[in-house]
Amino acid sequence: MVINDMAKDVDLAKHYLVPKHSVLSDTEKAKILEHYRITPKELPKIAKKDAGIAHLEVKEGDVIKIVRNSPTAGKSVFYRVVN
Amino acid sequence: MEDEIVDYEKYVYKQVASVQFSVISPKLIKKVATTKIVTPELYDKEGYPVDGGLMDTRLGVIDPGLKCRTCGAKLKECIGHFGYIELARPIIHIKFIDIILNIIKSTCHECGKVLIPKNKMTYYFKILETIELEQGIDTRRQKIKEIIASLKTTSKCPHCKAKQHKITLEKPTTVVEGEKRISPIEIRARLEKIPDEDCEIFGLNPLHARPEWMVLTVLPIPPVTMRPSITLESGERSEDDLTHKLGDIVRINQRLFENINAGAPEIIIEDLWDLLQYHITTYFDNNIAQVPPARHRSGQPLKTLTERIKSKDGRIRHNLAGKRTNFSARTVISPDPMIRLNEVGIPQEIAMKLTIPEKVHPWNIAYLKQFVQKGAETYPGANYIVRPDGKRKKITEETKEQFLEEVQPGYAIERHLMDGDISIFNRQPSLHRMSMMCHRIKILPYKTFRLNPAVCHPYNADFDGDEMNLHIPQTEEARAEAEVLMEVQTQLISPRYGLSVIGCVQDSISGNYILTKYFTQLTRSEAVDLLSSVGITEFSRLPNRKTVTGKDVFSCMLPEDFSFVGKSRSKEVDGSNEVVIVNGKLEKGVIDRSNLGEGSGLLLRNLHKKYGPDKTLQIINNIFRLGIKTLLKRGFSVGIGDSDLEVKGKEKVTNILKKVDMDVQKLIENYKQGELEAFPGRTILETLELKILEQLNNARNESGSIATEATEDSTGTRIMVESGARGNIINIAQMAACVGQQALRGRRIGIGYSGRTLSCFKRGDLTPTARGFVSNSFKSGMTPSEFFFGSMTGRDSLMDTALRTPKSGYLYRRLANAMQDLRVEYDGTVRDASRKIVQFSYGEDGIDVAKSEKGVINIKKIIESVM
Repeated sequence: MVINDMAKDVDLAKHYLVPKHSVLSDTEKAKILEHYRITPKELPKIAKKDAGIAHLEVKEGDVIKIVRNSPTAGKSVFYRVVN
Repeated sequence: MEDEIVDYEKYVYKQVASVQFSVISPKLIKKVATTKIVTPELYDKEGYPVDGGLMDTRLGVIDPGLKCRTCGAKLKECIGHFGYIELARPIIHIKFIDIILNIIKSTCHECGKVLIPKNKMTYYFKILETIELEQGIDTRRQKIKEIIASLKTTSKCPHCKAKQHKITLEKPTTVVEGEKRISPIEIRARLEKIPDEDCEIFGLNPLHARPEWMVLTVLPIPPVTMRPSITLESGERSEDDLTHKLGDIVRINQRLFENINAGAPEIIIEDLWDLLQYHITTYFDNNIAQVPPARHRSGQPLKTLTERIKSKDGRIRHNLAGKRTNFSARTVISPDPMIRLNEVGIPQEIAMKLTIPEKVHPWNIAYLKQFVQKGAETYPGANYIVRPDGKRKKITEETKEQFLEEVQPGYAIERHLMDGDISIFNRQPSLHRMSMMCHRIKILPYKTFRLNPAVCHPYNADFDGDEMNLHIPQTEEARAEAEVLMEVQTQLISPRYGLSVIGCVQDSISGNYILTKYFTQLTRSEAVDLLSSVGITEFSRLPNRKTVTGKDVFSCMLPEDFSFVGKSRSKEVDGSNEVVIVNGKLEKGVIDRSNLGEGSGLLLRNLHKKYGPDKTLQIINNIFRLGIKTLLKRGFSVGIGDSDLEVKGKEKVTNILKKVDMDVQKLIENYKQGELEAFPGRTILETLELKILEQLNNARNESGSIATEATEDSTGTRIMVESGARGNIINIAQMAACVGQQALRGRRIGIGYSGRTLSCFKRGDLTPTARGFVSNSFKSGMTPSEFFFGSMTGRDSLMDTALRTPKSGYLYRRLANAMQDLRVEYDGTVRDASRKIVQFSYGEDGIDVAKSEKGVINIKKIIESVM
């Protein structure tokens, strides 16, 4: 299929509608968990094969930081745990 | 009093430590049963319940006078007892068929063990545990099947090397192995073979749920108290659906027994067995696919166990989630602008039915005795007295004197509603928290609930026949809570958009608009007259002049230290649209909907912020009345003459319409000659349509603006449009100049006969008139075809609303149920019931909209006000 061929050439992470995804280091992750007083279980999830993190090297249990543009808050930060 | 407390403490309280759900075992069924049911007969010749029948008195009593043979208690005291029947052959429980099939498929038919090799057991067990934790027990059983399929040994048991056959389900309850049917006896035997350890893999605790218990050998018979029979007026008895079904089951079961004992041929036994399976299946659930529902003789399906619990009319949504309430009233609503916003007018008839219990104290005994004295028939009286032991006694003419003597502290009097009592007022659908607000009661004549038109908006009510509900809180706590949390003034600011949901409507907007724009020469006495009719008696704030302006009068509504700068939608005579209020004086500007209307403008929002709910409500109340009184003074009427055009204007409109007709003609000409160039991504025909539509819309707009220019500013119609009280410019244009294009789904009307919309046009006619353009105005009158096009769009939009309302209602229900236990925690995160994070900051920005202005927090203003 032609569509699939095209998808290979597109870097999703560079698309303007795709918010920035990045992996947190272990210390950053610990800080987030400490801040919200939670275990990774309470975090929202993201699939390992999610197209948004295809360009990152992630393993299960990593926390992804997503920075979105928000019409009301300017930038809004979101965390998801790889699953 | 003291005896009461001691009595109370005599109860033994126990705490529930845990709840165990399980599959009931045949042994337990027999143990809890009091009676073995052996005959389908219900009553003997004398009408007494038959021993061993379905209405056996050991199962409980439903007749007054009879005593339960199990516990000896009478009707209503005995809660009923279970019985059982021994089934002649095992029967598959329909609700467990999926689990049974799953287990049969995953185990060996010879040795009963799970088809997983011993050495891999612990590994898979771990995987299964995590799956169950995350996705539930059904996925777990599914996964076992997957695992076994993936092991490739499926054709042979890894333990005993027995060959495995393919097992399928023939819906609803027949299990087939290869070509042969497995009987429930065989199924049960296989399930029995499964060792206890292997049960645990399926998520079954063998202590509480052995798999073979899912195939029934005994059936519990529910107590008669849960299937009471009704005695009809003719003295005939009508049995409950469940009793009917159980009768079928018992009858077939007995026949099956007899045939087996008599050694009947296998075919007859099989047939009876299937029939018994059918009856027991429909006894559990009468709505199974592939199973014809069991019916009454009248043809309506029986309501059996599952239907009793399930869906809207089931036990859960109907009886548990949907409770009914006393001390409530419902009637038609009608408007009354002269009662206050937080009042509700109540017919005296209702006020004499609904009551408020008041405790008798030494201090109010004389006061409360007045109500008893008046009795139930005269207002304001009392309907009941409540003795300290909780006994309620009705007050009648005969008992009145006796009660007057009897009443003493500790009693309670249920007196009629009176002005100022607290009530909760509600209109369905209750989508909002503002759909239920607390109003003060005002007793009025006639038979409708009266409410101030300004509170229509939060209830989304109008007066075309709407009905509303009223509830009377019965305890001090409930009343306090309603007053503090639900009274109208506490609900002023919408949590959806942070502005006032209550403002002026209709006439009061027109009134304030006229007052602040056109009333420039009021004599002092006129102004005082206006103010006092609103209820303001403090006239010192009027300027000390012979004549005052409407703005001066309006200023008297505002607090003296209130300042505000904003914009209005309509323009001042000099053309500016600024609104300036300095120290409680309207210096400049017209007051219209953009400042007074519900859900718009910061005027009301700022008043609320600075002066609080009560004061704001008072101000809205006064402004509302001021508008109405202004109109009463001036008079206000609307006529068709308001939108008349002069000859010149009419000419202009006809010229525009002529021109557009020619332009469109030219476009069509071009199209036919193939000279039209298509827009990117469009066919040529689509391009033509777009171009024509654009032309026609322009024409309508142009003629519309001529119409608005030509109508006089001070006519009723224009005032309503300018102030925003009702109507808009398009309405004027449609009345005066041209109704414009009628559209179906965003396109010109194209459907109808083949190639044409109506039979009076030529086929393929693309001219505006043939495709739904109405060039006449409502006043000049439409041609028959134009009128027909108008009716088409009218009907279409009617259908659209009729279809959309239930759809969006269901959408809302799903949304509300999905989000009902989300909450904002103290750390600002939004979490669900299991404390999982849904949002890291409420709404991405952490703003409480109810405390904002239109969803924005104006930091600049806060700093200014602090400095």
